[in-house]
Amino acid sequence: MDELNNVQAEPEVVDTEVPLDKNVRLMSPTRMVVRRFFRSKLSILGLIMVISLFLFSFVGPLIYTEWGEIELDESGKTEYAISETTYTVGGQEYTVRQTTEKYLKDNFLAPASAEHLLGTDNEGYDIFVRLMYGGRISLTVSFIAVFLITILGVILGGIAGYFGGWIDNLIMRVCDVLMCLPGVPILLIISTILDASDIDAKYRIYLLMIYLTFISWTGTARLVRGQILSLREQEYMVAAEAMGYSTSRKIFKHLIPNVMPQLIVQMSLSLGSMILYEATLSYLNLGVKAPYAAWGSMINIISTNQDILQNHLNVWVPAGVCIVIAVLGFNFVGDGLRDALDPKARR
Amino acid sequence: MADTKENVTPVYDDAALAAEYQAKRQAQIEEDFKEPFDPECILEVRHLRKCFPIKKTITGKVTRELVAVDDVSFKLKAGETLGIVGESGCGKTTTGRAILKLHQPTGGQIIFDGKDITNFDSKQMRDIRKEMQIIFQDPYSSLPPRDTVGGILSEPVEVHNIVPKDKVKDYVLELMDKCGLRDYYFERYPHEFSGGQRQRICIARALSVNPKLVICDEPVSALDVSIQAQIINLLKKLQREMNLAYVFISHDLSVVKFISDKILVMYLGAVMEFGSKEDIFKNPLHPYTKALFSAVPNPDPTAKTERIKLEGDIPSPANPPKGCRFHTRCPYAKEVCKHVTPEYKQYGEGHFAACHLLDEA
Repeated sequence: MDELNNVQAEPEVVDTEVPLDKNVRLMSPTRMVVRRFFRSKLSILGLIMVISLFLFSFVGPLIYTEWGEIELDESGKTEYAISETTYTVGGQEYTVRQTTEKYLKDNFLAPASAEHLLGTDNEGYDIFVRLMYGGRISLTVSFIAVFLITILGVILGGIAGYFGGWIDNLIMRVCDVLMCLPGVPILLIISTILDASDIDAKYRIYLLMIYLTFISWTGTARLVRGQILSLREQEYMVAAEAMGYSTSRKIFKHLIPNVMPQLIVQMSLSLGSMILYEATLSYLNLGVKAPYAAWGSMINIISTNQDILQNHLNVWVPAGVCIVIAVLGFNFVGDGLRDALDPKARR
Repeated sequence: MADTKENVTPVYDDAALAAEYQAKRQAQIEEDFKEPFDPECILEVRHLRKCFPIKKTITGKVTRELVAVDDVSFKLKAGETLGIVGESGCGKTTTGRAILKLHQPTGGQIIFDGKDITNFDSKQMRDIRKEMQIIFQDPYSSLPPRDTVGGILSEPVEVHNIVPKDKVKDYVLELMDKCGLRDYYFERYPHEFSGGQRQRICIARALSVNPKLVICDEPVSALDVSIQAQIINLLKKLQREMNLAYVFISHDLSVVKFISDKILVMYLGAVMEFGSKEDIFKNPLHPYTKALFSAVPNPDPTAKTERIKLEGDIPSPANPPKGCRFHTRCPYAKEVCKHVTPEYKQYGEGHFAACHLLDEA
């Protein structure tokens, strides 16, 4: 008994660990992420690219109102064609010089000037203005698509990961099936159906993007499911269960905030790929149709006329540059966020 | 005559013995379930059993299972501490979590505060959760990383309406003071703290809802020895102040010796020995308990202790040995141990053990 009683001589209950000084303020996890994000030059560059594209596309048309999206420059253009024909009549040579003055209503393929900052295209639309409107449609469409993808992915992935069992199995098998579907051939079919039905050229791209959403939520759902599966085993989730929190509190206050970092990265990276998808569709003439502008269809102009490809770089290069800036910008931001949110990088 | 009798090896029919044992145990379990609840005890566990499926057919029928906890019974009064000791993988943690119904028990009864909570659904459990809490082994993963200490501690108080909304902060600050946390930690994040301080936060969180029972699942094994002592003393102090009952799970015998009133020794999911601290330490009955205690380092270098060494590894709980679970490693194992499961019997006041050798002596 002595031995047992000896052990019980209790020292005073004190916290002898050296505490942090009262005035030392460490940063919250969110602030640390922001700081790490801005430490990387590439992510700042990406952010600048994205922000300037937004300003260009959404604020630009409000400031630069000289031309509209589907407003033709009808200032006219005179084309001269000179033809010479030589006849020989009775040893005498006659040269007939014919000058045709062709007056065209539309001022097409105009070079860059003060009037048209980047010139006009083969129809007579102002390229600079159409770039802005093309950006609008690209950004809007891809934001809507990514937003829908994320909502669908979080809900379905969350259900699959949190509840598990047969519902998890069902959702994951649906994912597998959707991942097997070839995207572009089905897009071609849907586009043909849309052509046959009377749908406003303005809205067809939205319908196509909804289809894209429908087949692309699987990646996000898998990501969310995987995250939730691993988070569910964390002891703080067991602690939340032991505390008797309701299921919705556990999901929305404890699980979703911890999935957010990966989700944000996924969103910014898929924004880039959605912009690319939209451009591809428009380039193939499946997406935004004339007369409305899209970066993809602006590049597509070169397929109508070889001359434009060689001699009128101002028609198609700017649209390509815009696509590159958008995709690069979103990818830089996504990469930067991923590095900043990585908890192992403690710098 | 006596000689020949001893030389004849008795023939054991394993299947028949197993069936007999099962039937006997089933009868015992049914009989025990009819007993009235002990009003003195805050927690009464009767024949707790937890199996995990290893193999399932496509239709979901379990073809093979792992018996993590097999037939654990004990009683615990308010203000008392029960220490559960055993090697890793012996089902200590599963027992603790099954008591809290974080794992639904496969069989047995859990009587908490006069109520049989074994078959409570999750909604009924939610009301009773604030009465029973848990402290985890790893203080790093048991705190949500994106919340401040204040937030972590206020959340349960708000959810369970422990105090009126406007008094939550005062209540939490008082609680932090009680657990040895400084008041300016309120705005801090868990990643700013060391292991010991985090464990204090975990303790504060568990106690924020005024529980009657706390399961301490190896609360100090991830900490430095010097910090261990502080945390153990804190737990003891809080137990005195709040009249808490602890189920203290640990593989560190000196810690268990210091904090426990009763001790339960587990091996491969089954109880080997159960008794008061004095009984277990002064008069261990089961060879496993003896071996376990002989391995405790003695701070006195001149003292000579006889070390009982156990041979071999702990068998897989998915395929436990027949007969006595411990016979593969028991230095005193006899033929009977390999075939007949020993009964869990009382030897002296409140001292139980399961071993054939005790019957012969």
